[in-house]
Amino acid sequence: MKPFDYFSPKTLSEASEVLSKYNDDARMIAGGTDLLLKMKAGRLAPKAIINIKRIPDLRGLTFNSHLTLGALTTLEEIKQSPIIRQYYPALSSAAATMASVQIRNLATVGGNMCNAAPSADLAPILIALNATAVINGAKGERRVLLEEFFTAPGKSVLGVGELLISLEVPKQEGKSIYLKHSPREHMDIAVVGVGIACRGFNPLTQVRIILGAVAPIPLRAKKAEEEVMGGSLTKERIERAAKIAAEEARPIDDVRGSVWYRRKIVEVMVKRGLTGLVNGN
Amino acid sequence: MAKKFHLTLNVNGEHQELLIDPRRSLLDVLRNDLELRGAHRGCDSGDCGACTVILNGKAITSCMTLAADCDGDSVITVEGITPADGLHPVQKALVAEGGIQCGFCTTGIVMAAIALLESNPHPTEEDVRDGLAGNLCRCTGYKKIVEAVLNGERK
Repeated sequence: MKPFDYFSPKTLSEASEVLSKYNDDARMIAGGTDLLLKMKAGRLAPKAIINIKRIPDLRGLTFNSHLTLGALTTLEEIKQSPIIRQYYPALSSAAATMASVQIRNLATVGGNMCNAAPSADLAPILIALNATAVINGAKGERRVLLEEFFTAPGKSVLGVGELLISLEVPKQEGKSIYLKHSPREHMDIAVVGVGIACRGFNPLTQVRIILGAVAPIPLRAKKAEEEVMGGSLTKERIERAAKIAAEEARPIDDVRGSVWYRRKIVEVMVKRGLTGLVNGN
Repeated sequence: MAKKFHLTLNVNGEHQELLIDPRRSLLDVLRNDLELRGAHRGCDSGDCGACTVILNGKAITSCMTLAADCDGDSVITVEGITPADGLHPVQKALVAEGGIQCGFCTTGIVMAAIALLESNPHPTEEDVRDGLAGNLCRCTGYKKIVEAVLNGERK
């Protein structure tokens, strides 16, 4: 690992200042579970590391008119939180599919978003739940729909000197589900992840179907959504929507799965997810 | 040479102050500066769990943690839970059930199991398997380890 300057700011403005000073050469560290892997492998050599774990504004998990997840909320906190289990069970179960307890105690929701891996498990479900990213920078605070947060693998709308503060998730009036396909149950990256949130079944008044790990960024399957909107959600319509979602996916061939295989799994999982939501499980 | 970082830690109840290179992992500092060699360096990438310690009450992989990030924190290693004249109940259960062979993964498993039992004193088999999913053992096939954690809890 190359030497770096180390900072541990206590406030957002201090952090922004250091980030701006080092421009693109600084990296923030929270859990470090993605960053340190890249640094150990020599794939990343930042000039400065900024530990953001001592910034109180980035902490907290609160629920009133909506759920607020501070960027430092760990995956294990999301898995275990009684509030999330009760009101956003699919979010809790998505966190439960990730890594091991040792990693979940380190890794944060902010890191999972800002690393912007196409396979990030929390992205499809949080986008399905219509989360908003709250961002702080030199010019103050701004809000971006999480759906518009990701721009490319490893890239987001965050500009120089900007930090993700929290994610806000609206209160849910319908049902949601996250399904992950990976060869191993634990310690594995999604080959395909599918997050679905919907409202009403006959007719279906709202639906969001988000596909993970099958495009450069988490992908909203809008044509599949149109297929199932309005009217009753029959088996035939679900099957058609699943096929459409598979066509909308833009996967790549890699060590975890081929294009053909990933499309097939998208079809299976969209069908399984919608069917599960209709049947109430 | 990176500028040294002044690190304060509470390790197994003892106050420690060290000057470290900020690149160093918590595991490295525990093993090489504090001579606590119970946490092991296996994969060095957070996959095998041999480096598991308890940081502020939670099991973590110390190889994937910068020591500097733990400034002011409290760490418990396997040395901290082992009584001077014997073994912790989880260690005894692992011995009794045959959950130990070469022993390389054992200290990590002990720490993960203790953290699990701390937050969930009556785990199901599924809870134990989930709690130990981040600990690889190439000898035992896991069955006896899971039984040890379950039985150790019942006794």
